[in-house]
Amino acid sequence: MGELEIEKHTQFIMSVEKKKDFDSMVMEHLRMSGAYWGLTTLDLMGKLDAVNREEVVSWVLQCQHDCGGFSGNVGHDPHILYTLSAIQILALLDKLDTIDADKISAYIVGLQQEDGSFAGDEWGEIDTRFSYCAVCCLSILHRLDKIDVGKAISYVASCKNFDGGFGCTPGGESHAGQIFCCVSAFAISGALTHVDRDLLGWWLCERQVKSGGLNGRPEKLADVCYSWWVLSSLTIIERVHWIDKEKLKTFILDCQDKEHGGISDRPDDAVDVFHTFFGIAGLSLLEYPGLKPIDPAYALPVHVVDRLFFGQPH
Amino acid sequence: MHGRPRKSSSDGGSQEKDMAKAAGLQSLQTQFFKNHHEKIYTKEALQLNAKLLEINPDIYTAWNYRKLAIKQLLESESESASIKQSLDEELRVVERALKRNLTSYGAWHHRKWVINMGYSSLDHEFQLLDQLLKADSRNFNAWNYRRFVADMKKSRDEDELKFTTKKINENFSNYSAWHNRSAILSHMLKNKYGGISAKEQEMTEEYELVRQALFTDTEDQSGWFYHLWLLGQKIAPIGPKLEMSWPCNGSQLVIDFNEQSHAYVSDFDTPFGTDHCMFSEGIPLVLHFSEPVKGVNASTVSVNSLLLQSESLVWRPISPHGLQAKTWVTLLKLPSTNFRAGETYTVQIRVADTLGIILLNGYNFACPTALNFSLDIHTMTIRSTGGNFETVPLAWEGENFSPLAIDENKFPIELHLGNLSIDGSENQENTRWQQETLDREIKVCRELLEIEMDSKWAKLTLARLLIGQDMLSDGSILRSKRKHTDEVLQLFNDLIEIDPSHAEYYKDQFSLILLDKVSSGKQNLQEYFWDSKGTGSLSNGERNKWLRLHGLSLSRLGCLDQLLWVQRLDISHNRLRSIDGLEALQLLGCLNLSHNLLANFTALGPLRQIKTLRALNIADNKIGAHTVNSTRFSFPSALNNSSISNADTTRDADEEILEISWEITIAFKGLHLRQLDIAGNPANDEKCRRLLMKTLPSLKWLDGTSVN
Repeated sequence: MGELEIEKHTQFIMSVEKKKDFDSMVMEHLRMSGAYWGLTTLDLMGKLDAVNREEVVSWVLQCQHDCGGFSGNVGHDPHILYTLSAIQILALLDKLDTIDADKISAYIVGLQQEDGSFAGDEWGEIDTRFSYCAVCCLSILHRLDKIDVGKAISYVASCKNFDGGFGCTPGGESHAGQIFCCVSAFAISGALTHVDRDLLGWWLCERQVKSGGLNGRPEKLADVCYSWWVLSSLTIIERVHWIDKEKLKTFILDCQDKEHGGISDRPDDAVDVFHTFFGIAGLSLLEYPGLKPIDPAYALPVHVVDRLFFGQPH
Repeated sequence: MHGRPRKSSSDGGSQEKDMAKAAGLQSLQTQFFKNHHEKIYTKEALQLNAKLLEINPDIYTAWNYRKLAIKQLLESESESASIKQSLDEELRVVERALKRNLTSYGAWHHRKWVINMGYSSLDHEFQLLDQLLKADSRNFNAWNYRRFVADMKKSRDEDELKFTTKKINENFSNYSAWHNRSAILSHMLKNKYGGISAKEQEMTEEYELVRQALFTDTEDQSGWFYHLWLLGQKIAPIGPKLEMSWPCNGSQLVIDFNEQSHAYVSDFDTPFGTDHCMFSEGIPLVLHFSEPVKGVNASTVSVNSLLLQSESLVWRPISPHGLQAKTWVTLLKLPSTNFRAGETYTVQIRVADTLGIILLNGYNFACPTALNFSLDIHTMTIRSTGGNFETVPLAWEGENFSPLAIDENKFPIELHLGNLSIDGSENQENTRWQQETLDREIKVCRELLEIEMDSKWAKLTLARLLIGQDMLSDGSILRSKRKHTDEVLQLFNDLIEIDPSHAEYYKDQFSLILLDKVSSGKQNLQEYFWDSKGTGSLSNGERNKWLRLHGLSLSRLGCLDQLLWVQRLDISHNRLRSIDGLEALQLLGCLNLSHNLLANFTALGPLRQIKTLRALNIADNKIGAHTVNSTRFSFPSALNNSSISNADTTRDADEEILEISWEITIAFKGLHLRQLDIAGNPANDEKCRRLLMKTLPSLKWLDGTSVN
């Protein structure tokens, strides 16, 4: 327990891209998201300077396709998930001027369906995760008005369930990850009235189990990644005081690998950059000292988001 | 990425094996991508791709490749049997991939894509799903897919409902099955009854099913969540309705109208007794609904009086975001001539007489309501009233107040909306059934508590049921005395002890019950009526009536519909983090929020909607003490693409940029505050004060000192 091992985690993140073991290879297709998780974590810990920004930007741009979308890695197909991650990385590094915002917007606009939902790519998988990607990405590019926002929101609203939560598609079971996507989509579009804050807030605070960790839905195991999905949703709807913050902090800190760095889904499991990001992002939302504040909807450091929307600080 | 044990670094042997595995995967991948980029779709290439997907079903590009291959096949092949054969092969590839990773989105979507073509057996899909859901009954990809197949097959809702019954009977703790049941049931009821209310029969069966679950394992949450939903389907609230208005039904306003300044000074009845207020633009008419609605306008709300001009009234939604709000306001501008001084004019209001007011869920607000009040107008030349704070600031401290003596002989009004529904939409049959259900379920909870004394779920549900029962007996007449308040408060105290992790949730509910108790009945509320001793120029030497709910450990505001008449409110020395809902108080002039837990200026967002606010005390809060701002998205700003405020947050070139400057703008711009107290907040430094003074040009007093 005890402290957050910032140095160890920094070393872990820097080492991730060099790894050639099987588990790393299996995640190559989502490297764009991996890079976003790693870089944002570094910034939250104040260690982004360790990174060669030009190298990162150049690799990101290599993943852009003619259609305007970005792929998870060089040579892979474009997808809305990795388009968002790419834009988030460029926003973080303050390099949004390297891309053609209109082109990317057009790609996303092309993915909106008749009913307001969004496909992940040309092959048509529909999921509220993609609604979030579209809204978040376009908002960062200051082009949210390019899509039919009203329809996008009413589609997301149609995924509301009996417990106040949201699923992947209408009728889909409530899941903290999907809830984060839907609540953030509402937040970014100024449509939070669609959330029953008391009902959903209560369902979310009931994700805290005896160990102090959070699960993603009833009767499931606690997992550090829900420290983000649940916590950010609760923050956006002003109900974060409904969980025991101290117990959650302790749980996250217990999931660290203090020897080699990195954070795992639960104590003593294998670490990865995904859980490292969500653990540290969660600690930031819990106001752990020494971490920069993170925006709960854009999932980027607050200073980055404020710079995007309120202009350069002097 | 999930559920794998941490390996020690000294495990050399397995490391070698791992590197070999990695190299194998690498070579497969390299070959696959070559095929993909060169558009090679031979049998061998497809087999290689299948091998790759078996090892790693999450490589989404590999699934795309298969679809491209099929597309190419469909261009050249037209024979049905041959196509079906190829597609069956695709389904086999998916099945193998799913066995490796039952939650692979790519695999499920590929299967859906193939099935959508219409060549494959849907019965086989159901069989496969039965198998997979047996292996993992909580797999939501599988449940989603089942919904897709059922839809394609045009299965009957009743059959799908039976499937959920089967899964629930296999294991009561299957939240996914309960969820799917709720979705199917909602769909069935919507088709049968147009979505609003269910009938006794269907619901009784549901309650029985849940009861079995609850008695099997009291601490299993799935049944309780479903139970809560069932209750919500029928119990409280008793349908959306108009909760309150200002002026309230049956009240009388005595108005002194100043012809020169066009100001109205109005005397009106409140639970205090008579109070008065000055309105400069018109008499506000406030409607407060039980839930957010849109579409309140001159066609859906008719306001008729001999006194009013014929022009259409413009209704404003009082909410942070655009169109939907619980509170709506318009201004009644009285004519300067054409009335006889001393005469009483009635104003008749009919809400939702015509369709057009819509709820959040898209349904019509179907509760037409009529109310009226009367205006007694006099012209006057001068009458000094609440002032402009010229001489001395308002004194907030407790020693400046004394309890307000109520003249019992004057019978200050009891606030109520009255039995107003035009078409008697209160359904007697409905109410009886609701009462029966509540009584029965309360009994169930009490039985469970005898078996399991400390069951958090039973206690929480019992508390909710008792609250519901109290609200039901409220009916539509006088807000009756609550019968269960003390028991409910005790239950929440128990819950804080049994389930300390969620203490703040229970404390918030406690606050709501307390406020409900306070505002239910004039006797209760009178305890909180105070007189200010006439210091401060708002009063001009008069004694002013305050509602003071200070020091009650309130962490949450509620029952604000009962307080629409309040002009001076003291909710200091509480535990408020948010003042959500306060925007309903459209007559508020003075507000004391000192000694609370407000953490950001943005938490003051609701105040921006209160145009009458002149004096605000937010001293000794926590503004600037926290790095996390949880009200960041609750009010319009560039962050949530609200076009109105985009202009608001642009800055002058010479303006100092503070981290919180946009927050100050959101909270204060457009307010005509004359007095502000902010001492005792970490954010309160020189720069902040300068920005505040700039944003509030009408400010006269900052922390008790004159601004000029």
